[in-house]
Amino acid sequence: MSTNIVIIDYGMGNLRSVQKAFEKVGYSATITRDHALIKEASHIVLPGVGAFGDAMKNLNSLGLSDLLHVEILEHKKLFLGICLGMQLIAEKGYEFGEHQGLGWIENAKVIRFEESALKIPHVGWNEMNFHNPSILFKEIPDHSNFYFVHSYYFEAPSTYAIGQCDYGHSFVCAIQKSNIFATQFHPEKSQTHGLQIIKNFAQLTKESLC
Amino acid sequence: MLKHRIIPCVLLKDWQLVKSIQFGSFRTIGHPTATVRVYNARNVDELIVLDIDASLNNEPINTEIITDMANECFMPLTIGGGIKTIEDVYTVLGAGADKVSINSEAIKRPSFIKEIATIFGSQCVVCSIDIKKVDGKYKVFTKKNGVLDIDPLALAKEYENQGGGEILLTSVDREGTTLGYDSELLKLFATTLHIPIIINGGMGKPEHGVEALQNGADALAAAYIFHFTQYTPLMIKEELKTHHYPVRLS
Repeated sequence: MSTNIVIIDYGMGNLRSVQKAFEKVGYSATITRDHALIKEASHIVLPGVGAFGDAMKNLNSLGLSDLLHVEILEHKKLFLGICLGMQLIAEKGYEFGEHQGLGWIENAKVIRFEESALKIPHVGWNEMNFHNPSILFKEIPDHSNFYFVHSYYFEAPSTYAIGQCDYGHSFVCAIQKSNIFATQFHPEKSQTHGLQIIKNFAQLTKESLC
Repeated sequence: MLKHRIIPCVLLKDWQLVKSIQFGSFRTIGHPTATVRVYNARNVDELIVLDIDASLNNEPINTEIITDMANECFMPLTIGGGIKTIEDVYTVLGAGADKVSINSEAIKRPSFIKEIATIFGSQCVVCSIDIKKVDGKYKVFTKKNGVLDIDPLALAKEYENQGGGEILLTSVDREGTTLGYDSELLKLFATTLHIPIIINGGMGKPEHGVEALQNGADALAAAYIFHFTQYTPLMIKEELKTHHYPVRLS
């Protein structure tokens, strides 16, 4: 199956940034909410800037939650969640109340950084330290800098953690669970290393994961 | 460790990027896309562009040029100027911006910050405050209405309470002067606010950056230094590193 990348349009933020990052590394990507197009895709990207509750509400009302469950969990399509798109695959999110997430990572929840000496949101360039090895980080040096911007973080057992970051405490900033990849940072906004991650994801095939 | 950011902060006027001096005269920096390409190649950490045609002359937000810039910008792009409604925020983000900078509308209506934060998240909202010192007191300033009888620190605290993600703090008196950031102003804000402060106005040499970080700034915005002096963003970062401040060198 040839590479067919779709970026899910659910009314939450920086879709165009993600699309042009794919273009920069030589791939076209379609921004869409059309179920037919999403069913034809080989690679599904869920970006997102915004609040957890609104995002889930949009995904649900557009019928995308159910569709993504089928395409990602059953058909095992390649998935990349970015920032809010990573947070949404947790079981629960606690931004402005408690919300049900897509629930693809067991025992994962999205909680706010504790008020402390550190400023919130965690915004800016920070280092990612490798945890479990992942094909997503081909040609990326350990401890590279990526662009983060978030007030809530992904709390989960480190089973699927491929990258960790330190902000007051260590937290999971990148995960891989078989065909499901996600980063808390924004690869599309992280210049050279970020574009490399976008490229690595685009180059993946279902077969390459086996 | 979180890195301190170096952020060019430039104005969009008549389809050109320009730099103002104390909010008065303008100097042309260059064509927007070409300039963004240079910033990108120089590994600056973010970019802020304020559309003064939209903010001052009520022209519609120039989505065409925002799109063109965003296409060259593989780093965070903040767009401000003339954003008055949630629709405007959708428009600007849809054109490729990552964050919006809000100024005049939030002075009139601080709850606008909350409206944006609720939909797009706090991290999406940069609250911009322009400040002028009058008779020894800091006052909020807008180019349209001049000095307002508003305490900028109280306003900043209100923005923080409304869910603003960052404060872009610009000293009108220092802007474009190369005299250094206003340390007194910065200290006043840094000791009170909890959200990140991007200090703007006055950086003329790398040492000014060091001084600002010592005084509590989280990020350094500037324009003049990058275009009308011999200093590059990398030289500023190297100076910060010499003083043991974490910066991103690659």
